[in-house]
Amino acid sequence: MKKFFHEFLKGIFRENPTFVLALGLCPTLAVSTSLTNGLGMGVAATFVLLGSNVIISGMRNIIPGRIRIPCYIVVIATFVTLVEMTMKAYSPALDRALGIYVPLIVVNCIVLGRAEAYACKSSVTNSFFDGLGMGVGFTLALLLISGIREVSGAGTILGREIIKGFDPVRVISMPSGALLVIGLLLAFFNLIKRKK
Amino acid sequence: MKDRLIVSASPHLHKGESTTRIMWIVFLALVPAGAAGVVIFGVRALWVILWSIFFALASEAAIQAATKRKVTILDGSAAITGLLLAYNLPPGAPLWMVAAGSFFSIAIGKQVFGGLGQNIFNPALVGRVFLMASWPKYMTTFSKPLSYDAVTSATPLALLKESGVPGNISYQDLFWGLRGGCIGEACIVALLLGAAFPLFKKYISWHIPFTYIATTGVFTYIFGAKTFFGGDWMFHVLTGGLVLGAFFMATDYVTSPLTRRGQIVFGIGCGILTAVIRLWGGYPEGVSYAILMMNAATPIIDRFTRNRVYGS
Repeated sequence: MKKFFHEFLKGIFRENPTFVLALGLCPTLAVSTSLTNGLGMGVAATFVLLGSNVIISGMRNIIPGRIRIPCYIVVIATFVTLVEMTMKAYSPALDRALGIYVPLIVVNCIVLGRAEAYACKSSVTNSFFDGLGMGVGFTLALLLISGIREVSGAGTILGREIIKGFDPVRVISMPSGALLVIGLLLAFFNLIKRKK
Repeated sequence: MKDRLIVSASPHLHKGESTTRIMWIVFLALVPAGAAGVVIFGVRALWVILWSIFFALASEAAIQAATKRKVTILDGSAAITGLLLAYNLPPGAPLWMVAAGSFFSIAIGKQVFGGLGQNIFNPALVGRVFLMASWPKYMTTFSKPLSYDAVTSATPLALLKESGVPGNISYQDLFWGLRGGCIGEACIVALLLGAAFPLFKKYISWHIPFTYIATTGVFTYIFGAKTFFGGDWMFHVLTGGLVLGAFFMATDYVTSPLTRRGQIVFGIGCGILTAVIRLWGGYPEGVSYAILMMNAATPIIDRFTRNRVYGS
């Protein structure tokens, strides 16, 4: 059990996909404008990661090495389609807000990276906890970034205004603000790591 | 840094110059324009200037102390950044916004790169663009010249962008600065007076300011009207932040090319970008964006205009 916990935790801190591996930055930059979007993207990616990690790990002995990437993509695309259809049916507003970035989870480098670097050489249970940890790590990073951006860039939390008469720093909710916030957070986490 | 220095053959003579000395002389050279701004727009402008300088110095000191580096607020570079940022703000800018811009200029524009000499972009312009993107409402409300109260007026360039005609304003008014605009950019006379001394002492070379202003003039003359070669180039040279930007911001040592040839390319690039933004862009004024874009191109200009080693 301790080993599984270790696999799970590494995705959150030691190998956090956003702040340590710097993977999956495209959706992170694009959708982290509000907490709702960040959470939606995080949960969707976590589900896909979990599913693809488990299936790919289960089939790792029958997938021929030379065509493994197309095989991974087919598996991942299946889960992304599930997510997309579910989202369209139950939460059309979120689907509109995330737009093209939901189908683009297919080529998300975290998902593909875990399949290639981990799931194809590890047992199903290990891959399950790896996928869960990476997904949760990605979601937490997204929540942190989108929280900062929503509060300072739009002056709201979950769409509600916090302080009356506060002039939000609009640039933070623009694309350049995403780069700024992520850059500063990366610097902050590197500083903590160096201190250790 | 070492490979960017061009060391000529000996003998060498020390000129007695230092960064600090040059910085403070440029600072003094900027004072007339600010004084003119205060006369034209009222005491409110003075508060914006002082507030901006104070916060630039305070941010520099705080960041250097927090990162355990030597505090160098007396070298004049932070003071110039604060002063230039204030010159790029409307006289009625809210003071909290001035403080935010000043902090951003120093923290993100300069200190994250490692301080003086390391920044890619002109810090004051980084601050201005940050404020422009964040609070456009306050950044585009200009007070009317010589009215000293809350009367607002659009800048000539904004009028030109909105209605196609710049309103009835004479070249004389533009030359003396009697128009809506940012604090330091309005009075052309004061800017030229201030620039004379550093130009004479060669602290700033003529290459960037001359090519910049000339290119903007030529370009707006050719393309500024419905027919070719009919644009009001004099108007474009005298309005906006062109003179301030060309003499004091595009010539920043850190963010402009090192060689003469590179500086000419830099000036022409700035001129074309400014004219393009003014004539066809979304913003009425393009000086700050033009200089920032050319700042980004500076390393590549430096690479292609390196001085040839003698004899090779």
